[in-house]
Amino acid sequence: MKGKAWKFGDDVDTDAIIPGRYLIFNTPEELAKYTFEGVRPEFAKKVHENDIVVGGSNFGCGSSREHAPLALRGSKVSCVIAKSFARIFFRNSINIGIPVLECPDTDRIDDGDELEVDLGTGVIENKTKGETYQATPLPEFVREIVDKGGLVEYSRDLVSKR
Amino acid sequence: MGTISEKIFSRAAGTEAKANDFVLADVDYAMAHDGTSVLAVNAFKEMEVEKVWDPERIVIPFDHIAPANNETAASLQHEIRDWIKEQQIPNFYEVGEGICHQVLPENGFALPGKLVVGADSHSCTYGAFGAFATGVGATDMAEIFATGKLWFRVPESIRMTVEGELGEGVYAKDLTLYLIGKTGIAGATYKAVEFYGPAISRLSVSGRMTLCNMAIEMGAKSGIVPPDGKTFEFLKNREAEPFDPVYADPAAEYAQEVCYDAGDIEPQLACPHQVDNVKPVGELEGTHVDQVFIGTCTNGRLEDLEVAAGILKGKKVAVRTIVIPASRSTLLAAIENGTMQTLLKAGVTLSTPGCGPCLGAHQGVLGEGEVCVSTANRNFRGRMGKGGFIYLASPATAAASALSGEITDPRKV
Repeated sequence: MKGKAWKFGDDVDTDAIIPGRYLIFNTPEELAKYTFEGVRPEFAKKVHENDIVVGGSNFGCGSSREHAPLALRGSKVSCVIAKSFARIFFRNSINIGIPVLECPDTDRIDDGDELEVDLGTGVIENKTKGETYQATPLPEFVREIVDKGGLVEYSRDLVSKR
Repeated sequence: MGTISEKIFSRAAGTEAKANDFVLADVDYAMAHDGTSVLAVNAFKEMEVEKVWDPERIVIPFDHIAPANNETAASLQHEIRDWIKEQQIPNFYEVGEGICHQVLPENGFALPGKLVVGADSHSCTYGAFGAFATGVGATDMAEIFATGKLWFRVPESIRMTVEGELGEGVYAKDLTLYLIGKTGIAGATYKAVEFYGPAISRLSVSGRMTLCNMAIEMGAKSGIVPPDGKTFEFLKNREAEPFDPVYADPAAEYAQEVCYDAGDIEPQLACPHQVDNVKPVGELEGTHVDQVFIGTCTNGRLEDLEVAAGILKGKKVAVRTIVIPASRSTLLAAIENGTMQTLLKAGVTLSTPGCGPCLGAHQGVLGEGEVCVSTANRNFRGRMGKGGFIYLASPATAAASALSGEITDPRKV
Protein backbone atom coordinates (compact mmCIF):
# COMPACT_ATOMS: atom_id res chain seq x y z
CA MET A 1 0.00 0.00 0.00
CA LYS A 2 1.13 3.49 -0.91
CA GLY A 3 0.23 6.81 0.64
CA LYS A 4 1.22 10.13 2.13
CA ALA A 5 2.30 10.27 5.78
CA TRP A 6 0.38 12.22 8.42
CA LYS A 7 2.94 12.58 11.19
CA PHE A 8 2.02 12.70 14.88
CA GLY A 9 4.11 12.60 18.07
CA ASP A 10 4.19 10.28 21.10
CA ASP A 11 1.15 9.25 23.19
CA VAL A 12 -1.56 10.13 20.65
CA ASP A 13 -4.67 9.41 22.74
CA THR A 14 -8.09 8.24 21.62
CA ASP A 15 -9.65 11.56 22.69
CA ALA A 16 -7.36 13.17 20.11
CA ILE A 17 -8.35 10.64 17.43
CA ILE A 18 -12.09 11.05 18.09
CA PRO A 19 -13.44 13.27 20.91
CA GLY A 20 -15.96 11.69 23.32
CA ARG A 21 -18.84 13.89 22.20
CA TYR A 22 -18.88 12.00 18.88
CA LEU A 23 -19.43 8.58 20.48
CA ILE A 24 -23.06 8.99 19.43
CA PHE A 25 -21.92 8.24 15.87
CA ASN A 26 -21.28 4.62 15.06
CA THR A 27 -20.41 4.35 11.37
CA PRO A 28 -16.93 4.91 9.94
CA GLU A 29 -18.34 7.49 7.49
CA GLU A 30 -19.97 9.66 10.18
CA LEU A 31 -16.98 9.42 12.53
CA ALA A 32 -14.52 10.29 9.74
CA LYS A 33 -15.86 13.86 9.65
CA TYR A 34 -14.33 14.46 13.10
CA THR A 35 -11.08 12.43 13.00
CA PHE A 36 -8.30 14.31 14.84
CA GLU A 37 -10.64 17.33 15.08
CA GLY A 38 -9.01 18.82 18.16
CA VAL A 39 -5.36 18.28 17.23
CA ARG A 40 -5.27 18.38 13.40
CA PRO A 41 -8.46 20.18 12.35
CA GLU A 42 -7.47 19.99 8.66
CA PHE A 43 -7.12 16.19 8.72
CA ALA A 44 -10.73 15.22 7.99
CA LYS A 45 -10.91 17.45 4.89
CA LYS A 46 -7.46 16.88 3.49
CA VAL A 47 -6.81 13.19 4.10
CA HIS A 48 -6.74 11.07 0.95
CA GLU A 49 -7.60 7.44 0.48
CA ASN A 50 -4.61 5.22 1.40
CA ASP A 51 -2.81 7.93 3.39
CA ILE A 52 -0.82 6.58 6.32
CA VAL A 53 -0.93 7.77 9.93
CA VAL A 54 2.50 7.76 11.57
CA GLY A 55 3.04 8.16 15.31
CA GLY A 56 5.73 7.89 17.98
CA SER A 57 5.43 5.63 20.99
CA ASN A 58 2.22 4.57 22.79
CA PHE A 59 -0.11 5.42 19.90
CA GLY A 60 -3.81 5.11 20.79
CA CYS A 61 -3.55 5.35 24.57
CA GLY A 62 -6.61 6.10 26.68
CA SER A 63 -10.19 5.04 26.13
CA SER A 64 -11.23 1.64 24.77
CA ARG A 65 -13.53 3.32 22.25
CA GLU A 66 -13.50 1.36 19.01
CA HIS A 67 -14.74 4.57 17.43
CA ALA A 68 -11.07 5.61 17.20
CA PRO A 69 -9.90 2.99 14.69
CA LEU A 70 -13.36 3.17 13.04
CA ALA A 71 -12.83 6.90 12.45
CA LEU A 72 -9.48 6.10 10.82
CA ARG A 73 -11.16 3.46 8.67
CA GLY A 74 -13.79 6.00 7.67
CA SER A 75 -10.97 8.39 6.73
CA LYS A 76 -9.76 5.59 4.37
CA VAL A 77 -6.34 5.51 6.04
CA SER A 78 -4.51 2.41 4.78
CA CYS A 79 -2.50 1.69 7.92
CA VAL A 80 -1.00 3.13 11.10
CA ILE A 81 2.72 2.96 11.80
CA ALA A 82 4.12 3.81 15.24
CA LYS A 83 7.06 2.98 17.49
CA SER A 84 4.61 1.27 19.83
CA PHE A 85 0.87 1.05 20.42
CA ALA A 86 -1.37 1.10 23.47
CA ARG A 87 -2.81 -2.35 24.05
CA ILE A 88 -6.54 -1.82 23.53
CA PHE A 89 -6.16 0.36 20.43
CA PHE A 90 -3.84 -2.21 18.85
CA ARG A 91 -6.36 -4.99 19.36
CA ASN A 92 -9.34 -2.88 18.28
CA SER A 93 -7.60 -1.83 15.06
CA ILE A 94 -6.93 -5.40 14.00
CA ASN A 95 -10.46 -6.40 15.00
CA ILE A 96 -11.94 -3.85 12.59
CA GLY A 97 -9.42 -4.46 9.84
CA ILE A 98 -6.88 -1.63 10.14
CA PRO A 99 -3.27 -2.83 9.83
CA VAL A 100 -1.05 -1.51 12.63
CA LEU A 101 2.72 -1.79 12.31
CA GLU A 102 5.40 -1.29 14.94
CA CYS A 103 8.53 0.37 13.57
CA PRO A 104 11.33 1.95 15.65
CA ASP A 105 12.29 4.48 12.92
CA THR A 106 9.18 6.66 12.71
CA ASP A 107 11.23 9.72 13.81
CA ARG A 108 12.77 9.66 10.32
CA ILE A 109 9.37 10.07 8.67
CA ASP A 110 8.04 13.61 8.17
CA ASP A 111 4.58 14.91 7.44
CA GLY A 112 3.84 14.51 3.74
CA ASP A 113 6.50 11.86 2.98
CA GLU A 114 5.37 9.33 0.38
CA LEU A 115 5.48 5.84 1.88
CA GLU A 116 5.07 2.37 0.45
CA VAL A 117 4.36 -0.39 2.93
CA ASP A 118 4.62 -4.15 2.42
CA LEU A 119 2.42 -5.70 5.09
CA GLY A 120 3.82 -9.17 4.47
CA THR A 121 7.47 -8.30 5.05
CA GLY A 122 7.03 -5.20 7.20
CA VAL A 123 9.31 -3.21 4.87
CA ILE A 124 8.48 0.51 4.68
CA GLU A 125 9.92 2.50 1.80
CA ASN A 126 10.14 6.26 2.20
CA LYS A 127 9.98 7.38 -1.45
CA THR A 128 10.49 11.05 -0.54
CA LYS A 129 13.70 10.45 1.39
CA GLY A 130 14.92 7.34 -0.43
CA GLU A 131 15.09 5.38 2.83
CA THR A 132 13.89 1.97 3.93
CA TYR A 133 12.72 0.97 7.41
CA GLN A 134 11.84 -2.40 8.88
CA ALA A 135 8.60 -2.79 10.86
CA THR A 136 7.62 -5.92 12.77
CA PRO A 137 5.44 -7.84 10.31
CA LEU A 138 2.05 -8.92 11.61
CA PRO A 139 1.70 -12.67 12.20
CA GLU A 140 -0.06 -14.44 9.32
CA PHE A 141 -3.35 -15.09 11.11
CA VAL A 142 -3.55 -11.44 12.17
CA ARG A 143 -2.93 -10.40 8.59
CA GLU A 144 -5.75 -12.70 7.51
CA ILE A 145 -8.09 -10.96 9.98
CA VAL A 146 -7.08 -7.59 8.55
CA ASP A 147 -7.42 -8.81 4.95
CA LYS A 148 -10.93 -10.07 5.61
CA GLY A 149 -11.88 -6.66 6.94
CA GLY A 150 -11.92 -7.53 10.64
CA LEU A 151 -12.63 -10.17 13.26
CA VAL A 152 -16.38 -10.45 12.59
CA GLU A 153 -15.81 -11.16 8.88
CA TYR A 154 -12.90 -13.48 9.68
CA SER A 155 -14.92 -15.49 12.23
CA ARG A 156 -17.93 -15.72 9.93
CA ASP A 157 -15.66 -17.05 7.22
CA LEU A 158 -14.17 -19.65 9.57
CA VAL A 159 -17.63 -20.78 10.64
CA SER A 160 -18.84 -21.11 7.04
CA LYS A 161 -15.84 -23.34 6.21
CA ARG A 162 -16.53 -25.71 9.11
CA MET B 1 3.18 -21.14 41.30
CA GLY B 2 2.34 -17.75 39.92
CA THR B 3 1.26 -14.15 40.07
CA ILE B 4 -2.37 -13.24 40.72
CA SER B 5 -2.91 -12.81 36.96
CA GLU B 6 -1.32 -16.18 36.10
CA LYS B 7 -3.48 -17.93 38.68
CA ILE B 8 -6.73 -16.26 37.60
CA PHE B 9 -6.03 -17.04 33.92
CA SER B 10 -5.09 -20.63 34.79
CA ARG B 11 -8.50 -21.07 36.39
CA ALA B 12 -10.41 -19.19 33.67
CA ALA B 13 -8.65 -21.00 30.81
CA GLY B 14 -8.62 -24.40 32.49
CA THR B 15 -4.92 -24.82 31.83
CA GLU B 16 -1.68 -23.88 33.58
CA ALA B 17 -1.08 -20.33 32.30
CA LYS B 18 2.21 -18.47 32.57
CA ALA B 19 3.05 -14.89 31.60
CA ASN B 20 3.14 -14.38 27.81
CA ASP B 21 1.08 -17.54 27.13
CA PHE B 22 -1.89 -17.08 24.82
CA VAL B 23 -5.06 -18.51 26.35
CA LEU B 24 -8.73 -18.74 25.52
CA ALA B 25 -10.43 -17.83 28.79
CA ASP B 26 -13.99 -18.03 30.11
CA VAL B 27 -15.14 -14.56 31.14
CA ASP B 28 -17.02 -14.39 34.47
CA TYR B 29 -18.72 -11.02 33.92
CA ALA B 30 -18.90 -8.81 30.85
CA MET B 31 -19.81 -5.12 30.97
CA ALA B 32 -20.71 -2.60 28.29
CA HIS B 33 -22.27 0.84 28.78
CA ASP B 34 -24.33 3.20 26.62
CA GLY B 35 -21.14 4.57 25.02
CA THR B 36 -19.75 1.25 23.84
CA SER B 37 -22.69 -1.17 23.74
CA VAL B 38 -24.01 0.20 20.43
CA LEU B 39 -20.93 -0.90 18.48
CA ALA B 40 -20.72 -4.14 20.48
CA VAL B 41 -24.36 -5.00 19.78
CA ASN B 42 -23.92 -4.13 16.09
CA ALA B 43 -20.90 -6.48 15.90
CA PHE B 44 -22.85 -9.15 17.81
CA LYS B 45 -25.70 -8.91 15.28
CA GLU B 46 -23.23 -9.14 12.39
CA MET B 47 -21.94 -12.38 13.90
CA GLU B 48 -25.40 -13.80 13.23
CA VAL B 49 -25.68 -15.37 16.66
CA GLU B 50 -29.20 -15.39 18.05
CA LYS B 51 -28.77 -15.43 21.83
CA VAL B 52 -26.01 -14.16 24.11
CA TRP B 53 -23.99 -16.84 25.88
CA ASP B 54 -25.34 -16.10 29.37
CA PRO B 55 -27.62 -13.11 30.02
CA GLU B 56 -26.97 -13.33 33.79
CA ARG B 57 -23.27 -12.60 33.26
CA ILE B 58 -23.73 -9.47 31.18
CA VAL B 59 -24.04 -6.13 32.96
CA ILE B 60 -25.10 -2.96 31.15
CA PRO B 61 -25.24 0.38 32.99
CA PHE B 62 -26.18 3.61 31.18
CA ASP B 63 -23.78 6.27 32.43
CA HIS B 64 -21.76 7.98 29.70
CA ILE B 65 -24.39 10.26 28.18
CA ALA B 66 -27.11 9.77 30.73
CA PRO B 67 -29.71 11.20 30.53
CA ALA B 68 -29.33 11.48 26.76
CA ASN B 69 -28.28 14.95 25.61
CA ASN B 70 -29.86 14.86 22.14
CA GLU B 71 -32.12 12.83 19.84
CA THR B 72 -29.29 10.77 18.39
CA ALA B 73 -28.08 9.59 21.81
CA ALA B 74 -31.67 8.97 22.93
CA SER B 75 -32.46 6.86 19.86
CA LEU B 76 -29.31 4.77 20.29
CA GLN B 77 -30.13 4.16 23.95
CA HIS B 78 -33.66 3.19 22.92
CA GLU B 79 -32.24 0.58 20.52
CA ILE B 80 -29.99 -0.87 23.21
CA ARG B 81 -32.86 -1.07 25.71
CA ASP B 82 -34.81 -3.08 23.12
CA TRP B 83 -31.87 -5.43 22.60
CA ILE B 84 -31.46 -5.87 26.37
CA LYS B 85 -35.14 -6.84 26.62
CA GLU B 86 -34.92 -9.17 23.66
CA GLN B 87 -31.86 -10.88 25.14
CA GLN B 88 -33.45 -10.96 28.61
CA ILE B 89 -30.41 -9.44 30.28
CA PRO B 90 -31.46 -8.87 33.89
CA ASN B 91 -28.51 -6.71 35.01
CA PHE B 92 -29.44 -3.49 33.23
CA TYR B 93 -28.89 -0.27 35.19
CA GLU B 94 -30.87 2.68 33.91
CA VAL B 95 -29.90 6.34 33.64
CA GLY B 96 -29.17 7.67 37.13
CA GLU B 97 -28.15 4.39 38.76
CA GLY B 98 -24.53 5.42 38.43
CA ILE B 99 -21.20 4.89 36.75
CA CYS B 100 -20.47 1.36 35.55
CA HIS B 101 -17.31 1.11 37.67
CA GLN B 102 -19.31 1.99 40.78
CA VAL B 103 -22.41 -0.02 39.90
CA LEU B 104 -20.56 -3.31 39.30
CA PRO B 105 -18.78 -3.32 42.68
CA GLU B 106 -21.89 -2.15 44.54
CA ASN B 107 -23.85 -5.02 43.06
CA GLY B 108 -21.22 -7.63 43.76
CA PHE B 109 -19.95 -8.35 40.23
CA ALA B 110 -16.38 -7.26 41.03
CA LEU B 111 -15.18 -10.26 43.00
CA PRO B 112 -11.83 -11.72 44.08
CA GLY B 113 -10.39 -14.23 41.63
CA LYS B 114 -12.89 -13.50 38.85
CA LEU B 115 -12.13 -12.51 35.26
CA VAL B 116 -14.18 -9.39 34.54
CA VAL B 117 -14.00 -7.74 31.12
CA GLY B 118 -15.56 -4.40 30.28
CA ALA B 119 -15.98 -2.42 27.08
CA ASP B 120 -14.39 0.52 28.87
CA SER B 121 -10.73 1.15 29.56
CA HIS B 122 -11.29 1.90 33.26
CA SER B 123 -12.68 -1.60 33.86
CA CYS B 124 -9.37 -2.22 35.66
CA THR B 125 -11.13 -0.60 38.67
CA TYR B 126 -12.43 -4.04 39.72
CA GLY B 127 -8.85 -5.09 40.50
CA ALA B 128 -9.42 -3.24 43.79
CA PHE B 129 -11.34 -6.38 44.82
CA GLY B 130 -8.70 -8.86 43.66
CA ALA B 131 -10.33 -9.56 40.28
CA PHE B 132 -8.42 -9.63 37.02
CA ALA B 133 -10.31 -6.91 35.21
CA THR B 134 -9.50 -5.22 31.94
CA GLY B 135 -10.96 -3.14 29.14
CA VAL B 136 -11.56 -4.21 25.55
CA GLY B 137 -13.18 -2.74 22.47
CA ALA B 138 -16.59 -3.39 20.99
CA THR B 139 -15.74 -6.27 18.66
CA ASP B 140 -14.01 -8.19 21.44
CA MET B 141 -17.07 -7.54 23.63
CA ALA B 142 -19.33 -8.91 20.88
CA GLU B 143 -17.19 -12.06 20.82
CA ILE B 144 -17.77 -12.41 24.58
CA PHE B 145 -21.51 -11.76 24.19
CA ALA B 146 -21.60 -14.58 21.63
CA THR B 147 -19.30 -17.16 23.20
CA GLY B 148 -18.44 -16.13 26.78
CA LYS B 149 -14.80 -16.50 25.81
CA LEU B 150 -11.97 -14.26 24.67
CA TRP B 151 -8.32 -14.83 23.85
CA PHE B 152 -5.73 -13.10 26.00
CA ARG B 153 -2.00 -12.92 26.31
CA VAL B 154 -1.34 -13.54 30.01
CA PRO B 155 0.45 -10.39 31.16
CA GLU B 156 3.74 -10.18 32.99
CA SER B 157 3.34 -8.48 36.35
CA ILE B 158 4.95 -5.59 38.16
CA ARG B 159 5.09 -5.84 41.93
CA MET B 160 4.61 -2.30 43.25
CA THR B 161 5.07 -1.85 47.00
CA VAL B 162 4.23 1.33 48.88
CA GLU B 163 5.71 1.53 52.37
CA GLY B 164 4.78 3.99 55.10
CA GLU B 165 1.70 6.11 55.57
CA LEU B 166 0.12 8.98 53.66
CA GLY B 167 0.38 12.31 55.47
CA GLU B 168 -2.45 14.59 56.59
CA GLY B 169 -4.31 16.05 53.59
CA VAL B 170 -2.82 13.46 51.24
CA TYR B 171 -5.20 10.92 49.73
CA ALA B 172 -5.40 7.81 47.54
CA LYS B 173 -5.63 10.07 44.47
CA ASP B 174 -2.35 11.78 45.35
CA LEU B 175 -0.69 8.39 45.79
CA THR B 176 -2.15 7.22 42.46
CA LEU B 177 -1.01 10.32 40.54
CA TYR B 178 2.44 10.05 42.17
CA LEU B 179 2.79 6.42 41.04
CA ILE B 180 1.67 7.32 37.50
CA GLY B 181 4.19 10.17 37.42
CA LYS B 182 6.94 7.74 38.47
CA THR B 183 5.86 4.94 36.10
CA GLY B 184 4.96 7.07 33.07
CA ILE B 185 1.95 6.94 30.77
CA ALA B 186 3.22 3.77 29.05
CA GLY B 187 5.46 2.42 31.81
CA ALA B 188 3.25 -0.58 32.53
CA THR B 189 1.87 -1.22 29.03
CA TYR B 190 0.72 -4.83 28.55
CA LYS B 191 1.51 -5.63 32.20
CA ALA B 192 -0.55 -6.21 35.32
CA VAL B 193 0.42 -4.25 38.42
CA GLU B 194 0.03 -5.91 41.82
CA PHE B 195 -0.04 -3.44 44.71
CA TYR B 196 1.43 -4.31 48.11
CA GLY B 197 2.66 -2.67 51.30
CA PRO B 198 1.29 -0.99 54.40
CA ALA B 199 0.19 2.17 52.56
CA ILE B 200 -1.96 0.04 50.24
CA SER B 201 -3.41 -2.04 53.11
CA ARG B 202 -4.34 1.19 54.89
CA LEU B 203 -6.33 2.43 51.90
CA SER B 204 -10.09 2.07 52.20
CA VAL B 205 -11.93 0.05 49.55
CA SER B 206 -12.86 3.40 47.97
CA GLY B 207 -9.19 4.46 47.88
CA ARG B 208 -8.15 1.15 46.33
CA MET B 209 -10.75 1.70 43.60
CA THR B 210 -9.20 5.11 42.88
CA LEU B 211 -5.78 3.45 42.57
CA CYS B 212 -6.83 0.51 40.38
CA ASN B 213 -9.10 2.75 38.26
CA MET B 214 -6.05 4.63 37.02
CA ALA B 215 -3.81 1.60 36.36
CA ILE B 216 -4.66 2.07 32.65
CA GLU B 217 -3.14 5.56 32.87
CA MET B 218 0.27 3.90 33.24
CA GLY B 219 -0.68 1.63 30.35
CA ALA B 220 -1.44 -1.39 32.55
CA LYS B 221 -3.78 -4.16 31.47
CA SER B 222 -4.92 -4.56 35.05
CA GLY B 223 -4.13 -3.20 38.53
CA ILE B 224 -4.77 -5.56 41.42
CA VAL B 225 -4.91 -5.20 45.21
CA PRO B 226 -4.89 -8.58 46.99
CA PRO B 227 -8.19 -8.95 48.85
CA ASP B 228 -8.21 -8.64 52.65
CA GLY B 229 -10.62 -8.10 55.53
CA LYS B 230 -11.74 -4.72 54.15
CA THR B 231 -12.55 -6.31 50.80
CA PHE B 232 -14.60 -9.10 52.35
CA GLU B 233 -16.41 -6.66 54.64
CA PHE B 234 -17.44 -4.57 51.61
CA LEU B 235 -18.58 -7.63 49.66
CA LYS B 236 -20.66 -9.07 52.47
CA ASN B 237 -24.27 -9.53 51.27
CA ARG B 238 -23.40 -8.05 47.86
CA GLU B 239 -21.60 -10.89 46.07
CA ALA B 240 -23.35 -12.01 42.90
CA GLU B 241 -21.95 -15.53 43.39
CA PRO B 242 -19.46 -17.36 45.62
CA PHE B 243 -15.78 -16.57 45.02
CA ASP B 244 -12.32 -17.87 45.86
CA PRO B 245 -9.73 -15.19 46.67
CA VAL B 246 -6.51 -15.58 44.68
CA TYR B 247 -3.09 -14.54 45.98
CA ALA B 248 0.35 -14.59 44.39
CA ASP B 249 2.67 -17.43 45.39
CA PRO B 250 5.85 -16.46 47.24
CA ALA B 251 7.87 -17.80 44.31
CA ALA B 252 5.90 -15.82 41.71
CA GLU B 253 8.07 -14.18 39.07
CA TYR B 254 7.74 -10.47 38.38
CA ALA B 255 8.96 -8.51 35.37
CA GLN B 256 9.82 -5.67 37.71
CA GLU B 257 9.67 -4.92 41.45
CA VAL B 258 9.48 -1.32 42.60
CA CYS B 259 9.07 0.27 46.01
CA TYR B 260 7.96 3.75 47.07
CA ASP B 261 7.40 5.50 50.38
CA ALA B 262 4.00 7.09 51.01
CA GLY B 263 5.61 9.53 53.43
CA ASP B 264 7.33 11.26 50.46
CA ILE B 265 4.05 12.13 48.80
CA GLU B 266 2.48 15.60 48.84
CA PRO B 267 -0.85 16.50 47.22
CA GLN B 268 -0.31 15.94 43.49
CA LEU B 269 -1.86 17.24 40.28
CA ALA B 270 -1.60 15.89 36.74
CA CYS B 271 -1.14 18.93 34.50
CA PRO B 272 -2.43 19.45 30.95
CA HIS B 273 -2.42 17.55 28.69
CA GLN B 274 -1.05 14.25 29.92
CA VAL B 275 -1.79 12.10 32.95
CA ASP B 276 1.88 11.47 33.80
CA ASN B 277 2.67 15.20 33.77
CA VAL B 278 2.42 15.13 37.57
CA LYS B 279 3.58 17.90 39.91
CA PRO B 280 3.27 18.53 43.65
CA VAL B 281 0.67 21.18 44.49
CA GLY B 282 3.38 23.56 45.73
CA GLU B 283 4.57 24.12 42.15
CA LEU B 284 1.09 25.03 40.92
CA GLU B 285 -0.45 27.11 43.72
CA GLY B 286 -2.10 30.25 42.42
CA THR B 287 -2.97 28.84 38.97
CA HIS B 288 -6.30 30.39 37.90
CA VAL B 289 -9.29 28.00 37.87
CA ASP B 290 -12.63 28.46 36.02
CA GLN B 291 -14.41 25.26 37.04
CA VAL B 292 -14.08 22.52 39.62
CA PHE B 293 -15.50 19.05 38.99
CA ILE B 294 -15.81 16.50 41.81
CA GLY B 295 -17.06 13.08 40.74
CA THR B 296 -16.36 10.20 38.27
CA CYS B 297 -15.41 6.55 38.68
CA THR B 298 -12.10 7.74 40.10
CA ASN B 299 -13.35 9.99 42.89
CA GLY B 300 -17.14 10.24 43.08
CA ARG B 301 -17.70 7.99 46.09
CA LEU B 302 -19.12 8.89 49.51
CA GLU B 303 -15.66 9.16 51.07
CA ASP B 304 -14.66 11.66 48.34
CA LEU B 305 -17.79 13.77 48.79
CA GLU B 306 -17.25 13.77 52.56
CA VAL B 307 -13.68 15.03 52.17
CA ALA B 308 -14.90 17.82 49.89
CA ALA B 309 -17.74 18.69 52.29
CA GLY B 310 -15.28 18.82 55.20
CA ILE B 311 -13.36 21.55 53.37
CA LEU B 312 -16.39 23.46 52.04
CA LYS B 313 -18.47 23.34 55.24
CA GLY B 314 -19.79 26.78 56.17
CA LYS B 315 -18.00 28.45 53.23
CA LYS B 316 -18.85 29.45 49.66
CA VAL B 317 -17.18 28.30 46.46
CA ALA B 318 -15.58 31.07 44.38
CA VAL B 319 -15.97 29.31 41.02
CA ARG B 320 -18.63 27.07 39.50
CA THR B 321 -18.28 23.65 41.11
CA ILE B 322 -20.00 20.58 39.74
CA VAL B 323 -20.52 17.60 42.02
CA ILE B 324 -21.66 14.28 40.56
CA PRO B 325 -21.98 11.28 42.90
CA ALA B 326 -20.76 8.03 41.37
CA SER B 327 -24.08 6.26 41.93
CA ARG B 328 -27.62 6.60 43.21
CA SER B 329 -26.63 4.84 46.44
CA THR B 330 -23.71 7.24 46.88
CA LEU B 331 -26.08 10.18 46.41
CA LEU B 332 -28.61 8.71 48.85
CA ALA B 333 -25.93 8.10 51.49
CA ALA B 334 -24.60 11.65 51.00
CA ILE B 335 -28.12 13.01 51.47
CA GLU B 336 -28.76 10.87 54.54
CA ASN B 337 -25.58 11.89 56.38
CA GLY B 338 -25.83 15.60 55.54
CA THR B 339 -22.86 15.71 53.16
CA MET B 340 -24.99 16.76 50.22
CA GLN B 341 -26.63 19.55 52.20
CA THR B 342 -23.21 20.90 53.19
CA LEU B 343 -22.04 20.82 49.57
CA LEU B 344 -25.18 22.47 48.21
CA LYS B 345 -25.09 25.19 50.88
CA ALA B 346 -21.50 25.89 49.84
CA GLY B 347 -22.77 26.63 46.34
CA VAL B 348 -22.00 23.50 44.35
CA THR B 349 -24.15 22.29 41.46
CA LEU B 350 -25.43 18.72 41.56
CA SER B 351 -25.92 16.55 38.47
CA THR B 352 -27.28 13.07 37.75
CA PRO B 353 -25.07 10.20 38.96
CA GLY B 354 -23.01 9.16 35.94
CA CYS B 355 -19.87 10.14 34.06
CA GLY B 356 -20.82 13.82 33.80
CA PRO B 357 -18.45 16.04 31.80
CA CYS B 358 -15.44 13.70 32.21
CA LEU B 359 -15.52 12.54 28.59
CA GLY B 360 -16.67 15.88 27.24
CA ALA B 361 -20.16 14.95 26.12
CA HIS B 362 -22.36 17.01 28.45
CA GLN B 363 -23.04 18.40 31.95
CA GLY B 364 -20.15 20.83 32.26
CA VAL B 365 -17.79 20.78 29.28
CA LEU B 366 -15.20 23.55 29.13
CA GLY B 367 -15.01 26.59 26.89
CA GLU B 368 -11.94 27.54 24.88
CA GLY B 369 -9.05 28.39 27.23
CA GLU B 370 -10.92 27.45 30.43
CA VAL B 371 -9.18 25.65 33.28
CA CYS B 372 -10.80 22.88 35.29
CA VAL B 373 -9.55 21.14 38.41
CA SER B 374 -11.13 17.72 38.10
CA THR B 375 -11.09 14.57 40.22
CA ALA B 376 -11.35 12.43 37.04
CA ASN B 377 -8.70 10.25 35.47
CA ARG B 378 -7.83 11.83 32.11
CA ASN B 379 -6.66 15.27 31.07
CA PHE B 380 -5.94 14.76 27.37
CA ARG B 381 -6.21 17.77 25.09
CA GLY B 382 -9.84 18.34 24.15
CA ARG B 383 -11.22 15.63 26.45
CA MET B 384 -13.61 17.91 28.35
CA GLY B 385 -14.16 20.26 25.43
CA LYS B 386 -12.03 21.77 22.71
CA GLY B 387 -9.45 24.20 24.08
CA GLY B 388 -9.91 23.31 27.76
CA PHE B 389 -7.14 22.72 30.30
CA ILE B 390 -7.64 19.94 32.85
CA TYR B 391 -5.72 19.48 36.10
CA LEU B 392 -6.41 16.15 37.81
CA ALA B 393 -6.43 16.21 41.60
CA SER B 394 -7.88 14.72 44.76
CA PRO B 395 -11.32 15.81 46.00
CA ALA B 396 -9.53 17.72 48.78
CA THR B 397 -7.36 19.73 46.38
CA ALA B 398 -10.38 20.25 44.12
CA ALA B 399 -12.51 21.56 47.00
CA ALA B 400 -9.74 23.79 48.33
CA SER B 401 -9.26 25.21 44.82
CA ALA B 402 -13.02 25.79 44.50
CA LEU B 403 -12.91 28.06 47.56
CA SER B 404 -10.15 30.31 46.25
CA GLY B 405 -10.62 30.07 42.47
CA GLU B 406 -7.00 29.04 42.09
CA ILE B 407 -5.06 25.83 42.64
CA THR B 408 -4.72 25.54 46.41
CA ASP B 409 -2.95 23.17 48.80
CA PRO B 410 -5.76 21.54 50.83
CA ARG B 411 -3.44 21.36 53.84
CA LYS B 412 -3.52 25.17 54.04
CA VAL B 413 -7.31 25.54 54.11
